[in-house]
Amino acid sequence: MTVPAPRSVPATAPPDGAVLEARSLVYSYGGTPALRGVSVRLSRSEILAVTGPSGSGKSTLMLCLAGLLVPDAGEVRFDGRTVSAEPDAARTRLRRTRFGVLFQFGQLVPELTAIENVAIPLLLGGVKRSAANTAATNWLERFGVADVARSRPPEMSGGQAQRVAAARAMVTEPEVLFADEPTGALDALSGEQVLTQMVRVAREAGTSVVLITHDAKVAAYGDRELVVRDGMLDGEVSSRWAPNVRPRRSPPCSAWP
Amino acid sequence: MTTGHVLMGLLAQGDRHGYDLKRAHDDQFPRARPLAFGQVYATLERLEKRGHAVPAQVERVDGPDRVVYHLTDEGREELHRWLDEIEPPSPFESNPLAIKATLALLVADTSTARSFLQRQRASHLDAMRRHTAVKTDPAASLTEILAADHAIAHLDADLRWLDTALERITALAKEIRP
Repeated sequence: MTVPAPRSVPATAPPDGAVLEARSLVYSYGGTPALRGVSVRLSRSEILAVTGPSGSGKSTLMLCLAGLLVPDAGEVRFDGRTVSAEPDAARTRLRRTRFGVLFQFGQLVPELTAIENVAIPLLLGGVKRSAANTAATNWLERFGVADVARSRPPEMSGGQAQRVAAARAMVTEPEVLFADEPTGALDALSGEQVLTQMVRVAREAGTSVVLITHDAKVAAYGDRELVVRDGMLDGEVSSRWAPNVRPRRSPPCSAWP
Repeated sequence: MTTGHVLMGLLAQGDRHGYDLKRAHDDQFPRARPLAFGQVYATLERLEKRGHAVPAQVERVDGPDRVVYHLTDEGREELHRWLDEIEPPSPFESNPLAIKATLALLVADTSTARSFLQRQRASHLDAMRRHTAVKTDPAASLTEILAADHAIAHLDADLRWLDTALERITALAKEIRP
């Protein structure tokens, strides 16, 4: 990968300038509605918690926002592009270069060391191995897991493995990090370490985070909370940056600029 | 729990005079109601009468003389007996939140109750966010972290109850008006 593309929003942009925006998302799994008109605005450097009971549609919302699913109706916009209308290849490239994704577990390649795992996204982007390894080591340090740099996932604790996975999600310095129940498989203290470090690193890097969780204790790491219930937004918790913004249930599509 | 036991717990860490005990208490338990000086001195007198603490020396500084107290063996024994006793669970039957939510459902309609529960959830999560910020601050002391953990766990219990209540109301509303 070459030098990261310049951020399209200048540094002087208002802190609530949206980095990612979705309007009226609708999605069904074979006739069963999962999203029934959800609109979301993610601000630059914002940590947005998306909560809701299982089956509420919160993970589907994340998959649509990250371009892994194409909504049946509605749009997802990122950096002036309508991501939801782009072909697979373009969305895949977007995810590899400008989004980071972190799941609950099972993301690391068990045969590879921590450094090799973290370097993968850079190698896929064409970065030379030595440079990729240097960057990977640096990100492992930032997540406090430099001591397992040469270990393989089966030799790590759950918390260490998840921090290595977080380092891999951040190694391309994404503009948006999607984290789906990132601490769901960890005990309380390991989970706390992963979250504390993830939030700190994301703030330092200016990365926005979409944090999907059913756990209020995890949501409390975010600046703002969206509750998804039955495929719709249920209410919005006040935000440090965008208070009093009520989610609009189903705004007309013509509201797009 | 009595103030006497709390003061004995503080004295177990070293001899102290009344003013020092008040300060130590307020520092270590920032979320508790601050101790009044009168209460500290009355409690020390009671501990002395029971033989749990004795005046060890008098400290003379610029101000008034200060009596430094020492925890006796009997006091230490009583402290450990108390520490060994489990605390009864907090009374949850009289929680005003549960009473109000129930009344909101009975008196008003489901959408009013839903709105109440949603706003209550927002307020609880705000409080949880503040405690989370306190405990993830790299400068946080163990005392602050433990207090924040305790507050977060209690808020979490309320939040889970609020969520279940919202789920039940959503299900009910769907039944009535699918």
